[in-house]
Order: sequence, then structure tokens, then C-alpha cells
Amino acid sequence: MTTFREAVRQGMREALEGDERVFLMGEDVGRYGGAFAVSMGLLEEFGPERVRDAPLSESAFVGAGIGAALAGMRPIVEVMTINFSLLALDQIVNNAAALRYMSGGQFSVPLVVRMTVGAGRQLACQHAHSLEVWYAHVPGIKALAPATVADARFMVLDALEDPDPVFIFENAILYGREGELDGDRPAPYRAAVRRTGGDVTLATYGGSLWKTLDAAEELATEGIEAEVIDLRSLRPLDMDAVLESVAKTHRLMIVDEGWRTASLAAEIGMQVAERGFDLLDWPPQRVCSVEVPMPYAKHLEDAAIPSATRVVAAVREMVA
Amino acid sequence: MSTRAKKPERTSDRQRMVALLHGMLRIRRFEEKAAELYSLGNIRGFLHLYIGEEAIAVGAMQALTGEDRVVATYRDHGHALARGLPMGSLMAEMYGKTNGCSRGRGGSMHFFDASRLFYGGYAIVAGGLPVALGLALADAMQGNPLVTACFFGDGAVVEGEFHETMNLAALWKLPLLFLYENNLYAMGTAIERSQAQLDMEIRAQGYGVPAEIVDGMDVLAVETATQRAVEAVRSGGGPHLVEFKTYRYRAHSMADPDLYRTKAEIEEWRRRDPIDLFIAGQEIDASTVAELESRVAAELEEAVADAEAGEFEPLEDLERDVYTPLP
Repeated sequence: MTTFREAVRQGMREALEGDERVFLMGEDVGRYGGAFAVSMGLLEEFGPERVRDAPLSESAFVGAGIGAALAGMRPIVEVMTINFSLLALDQIVNNAAALRYMSGGQFSVPLVVRMTVGAGRQLACQHAHSLEVWYAHVPGIKALAPATVADARFMVLDALEDPDPVFIFENAILYGREGELDGDRPAPYRAAVRRTGGDVTLATYGGSLWKTLDAAEELATEGIEAEVIDLRSLRPLDMDAVLESVAKTHRLMIVDEGWRTASLAAEIGMQVAERGFDLLDWPPQRVCSVEVPMPYAKHLEDAAIPSATRVVAAVREMVA
Repeated sequence: MSTRAKKPERTSDRQRMVALLHGMLRIRRFEEKAAELYSLGNIRGFLHLYIGEEAIAVGAMQALTGEDRVVATYRDHGHALARGLPMGSLMAEMYGKTNGCSRGRGGSMHFFDASRLFYGGYAIVAGGLPVALGLALADAMQGNPLVTACFFGDGAVVEGEFHETMNLAALWKLPLLFLYENNLYAMGTAIERSQAQLDMEIRAQGYGVPAEIVDGMDVLAVETATQRAVEAVRSGGGPHLVEFKTYRYRAHSMADPDLYRTKAEIEEWRRRDPIDLFIAGQEIDASTVAELESRVAAELEEAVADAEAGEFEPLEDLERDVYTPLP
């Protein structure tokens, strides 16, 4: 068995071994071993040039990743949490996402940015949000959300092979999770069916996948068979996979740790309405985070984010 | 401020002086034409003119090789022309045509040319600095003996990205050349009203970055100082900064009513015009100047013709180049 954390590290190790243009850069990725111990040991293996500690200058080191990518390198930039990445939004939105377009196709930016997202560890209002949709909103970048150990490993490689900026959102609750790391590499940017069922489609991603699968098992004891779609890629969205499932189940529930308003769930629901309205026997539903800055107290935090219990209750309403 | 260099005697030096004048005149006349075409509505959007600052782009670019990398600002016409981007491709860009240097996607503020390692005009003040940092980092990691030159203005030096970039460039001893065009105003805000410490040498010292302050109206002073800095950077001396004291004669952009400066101040700077003073200082005769003017006029006429003749991007290509086509 391999942990999610080890799998990300394994993906980065393979990339560093396989391509001398690849380097890892970010806060405490080297000597400290990564704020979440993801890059532990890589400094010893690859040295301080290629496992490069950066000071707390998110805008400068993300921008440096852009520049290095323009000049032939393949940087993996680690930002400690998505909340910190807001300090680099200028570089991400105004430069990384726009450079190819605004140069008339002359400059591609093969940049990979990894960051943690998500709540569940009582890290409160400035370390634990799920703002993935902000990035998924921006043309010019791609957004990935691994939930399995295989994706944790291979999405790093998928992202590095992409000629454009790719963001990988790692829900920090997953780092200790174990799974089998067999050799099969899934196709990039495609959703995966994690559980089959004919009564309702549960579309989700990242840290919410496992809660959703737990909910599906509980629903099964009540005779409701849920199909669970792991979106894997948030931009592009594999809507064909969602629609294919909805064509079978005629009911859609989206489980998304982002806030409800203007969420990925809203986008997915709208696309299903646009393209598959006739497939639906029930209005699309969603379980999202409650619209509050993330609270510290455990009972409040638990209540603020999606849980298997909330998913089960919401599905019961629509599969009466 | 440095004193103006003496008139050189050798023929090759004379030719070089004429070439510098030619470079400055190309920018001056290009900008005047751009303003005219803007008034006619042929150029739209924001237009920021470089008139008054020509000596910086022309002088600084002399110190760089074609393999060095250049990052510019949104006031990028002078940098692009001095870097060798064809005038027609710039005019066409401002017309929004596909033969523009950015296929009409960028306009005046976003000139790009991959073949000339011109990494673009950045319209978020200081936004080009971290990119330049990364270009220099890549060269350092790959062992390329190249310099990345990054232009920025006095607005940028109060942005966090400037300070983050200075710190990191110095910390990692990167081959990055900071070219600070201080035209005294960030849009309408005078430096006295935005910078707690006006002396860049002191600020740069805080990061251990050697800095030199020169007269940005004197093309030879610009060239000499930049040359010194480039040599230091190229020989492994880490980042260096050169500040050019300069002035834009025109408003910040065509949209700016210019209510925050006095006519007397503008006139005072105009008396130090980089082109007029260079012609006088180098004793360049009127017939040489006239000959250069007619060459520039012909080039400009051709550039406008290129822009007029260019095609607009077909609407079916609106979404082209958001992403790189995958094989």
C-alpha cells in the first residue's frame, strides 16, 4: 500500500529522474521536506538546485516558474495552500493563463503548480478553503484534482507533459490515505466511474470522493444504487462522462467542497441542464460547503463542509 | 548625473553616433504617428507614448546581444523598436491585424516577438519582473551565459513584486538586469507622493544589488552605464540595477488630461530633449539629420501601409491559442 503523499512524491521523483529540465520550487520544499512532507527526501536525491526552497514570495516564485517555463525548463511550483496562492493570482491569471493568447500563440507556458486545498483539519479561515473553481474559471489554464493514489502519482506526469499551465489541487485530508499503486496510468483530463449504479449520479472530485463513496454504500443498504463519477479534471470538465451517467440514472447530485454560489457544482448543473435537460427526472441537486469562512471549532467545521451524512440525506430527498 | 560624452573623431564612431540618432528618431516619429492614428480612430484601446524617453531604450539595447532576453512594460513601443521588431509588425498590432507582432491579440501594451527573445509588454505594473526572474533562473540553471533585461518604471518600485524579485534575484545571484525608467510619475502620482525613499541606490543596497543612477536623457550615458552593468551581470556578478532619470513629454496615455504637471516643468524637460541635445553634442550636421528623417519617414509610411493592408483575424479563430494544440 502507498499513501497519497508518497504517490505525489513518487510522481515528482519519476519526473525529476526522467527529465533534467524538471525542478521543484516552493516554500519549504527542500530542507523542511514540504509543509505536508510531500517532498521529503527529494532534496537529498536531487540537490538544492532542483529541489529549490523559495522564500515567502508567492508572486515572485510563481512568476519565476512562468519565466523558467518560457526559457525551456519544466518547473513544478508548490504553493503551500490555495489561500496563499491568492498572493500569486496576478502572475497566474494575468501572465500564465494569458501569455499564449496575448502573444498570438508565440509563447506557451509549460508550468505545473501544485497546492493543497480543503478543510477537515481545523485550520480555520485562511488555510482550508476550496477555491479550485476560481482557477477552473480561467481560460488558458487546466485544473486537476487527484483523489486516488494513482492520480496523485500520474497527474504530476500528465501536467508536466502538457505544454500549458496545469494546476493540481491536492486535498490535504488525502495525504495519509492509502491505496494500491498499480502501474495503470489513466487517460488524462477524463472523468472516471468509481462506482456503478442506476438510480442516481453523484459527481464529485478530490477530497469529497471518499465521502461520496461512503454515502453511496450507505444508500445501497437502503436499496438506492448510486453511480459515483470522479471528475478528476476541473478544467476541462469531462461533461460527456457526466451526461452518459445521467442518461442512465436520470438524476444528478454534485458534491463539491467549494462554496455553493458560483461553484463548480453550479457549472456542472447548468451544463447538464443545457445539454441533457430531457434526461432529467428530477432537478439537479448539490451538496456544497456552507457559505461561511471556514470555522476553527471542529463541530462547526464538520457542519460547514460536505459529509456522507449530508449526501445521503440529500439523495433520499430526490430518490423518494 | 553624468556629463555628456565628447564628440568622437573616428569614422566608425561617427557611424555609430548616427545609428543611435536614427534609433531615437525612429521611436519619436513612430510615437507621433501613433498619436495621430489614435486621434483618427485607427488605433484604439490604451496608448502610452515613449516620447522623451527614447535615449533609454536605444542606449540600453546597445549593451545587449541578440541572445539576451528582454522584458518590457506596457509603454513598450520604444523597447520593441530598439530590440529590432519590425515597425510594420508593431503598427499592424495596434491596428489589431494578424500581421501584428501578437496577431492583434495584445495591442499597444502587449508587443511580443519570440524570435527576438522579446518576452512582452506587461500591463500590470511590476508584473513582468517575476517573469524576468524566471527567465534568468532558467539561464542560470542551464548554464547559458545570457542576461535578462527587465524594464520597469517608478510605479513598479512600490509594488511588492519588485521587492520580491529584487530579493530573490540577489539571493540566487541571477543574471538579471533591472532597468528602472524613472519618469517621475506613476500615471498622475508623483514619486514624492508614492515613494518613502526616493534614492534607488539606497533601496537597492538593502538587497545587496549594485545600482547606478544615470541621466536617461543622454543616450551615451545610458549605453555606458548599461554596458557596465551587463558586463558585471554576465560575468557572474548577480543582478544589477540601472536607474534612468527621464520624463515623458506626453500624458500617461491618450486618455489622460495631464492635470497634475505644470507646463513649466514639461518645458524644462523638453529643453533637455535626448534627440536635440545629442544632435548638438555630437555636432551632427543638418543634412545627416534630414537624411535620417527621410529614411524614418519612408519606413513609417511602409509600416502604416503594412498595417492598413493586414487582415483581421477571422472570427472562427477567436478561440485559437488559448491552449497549445496537442499532438
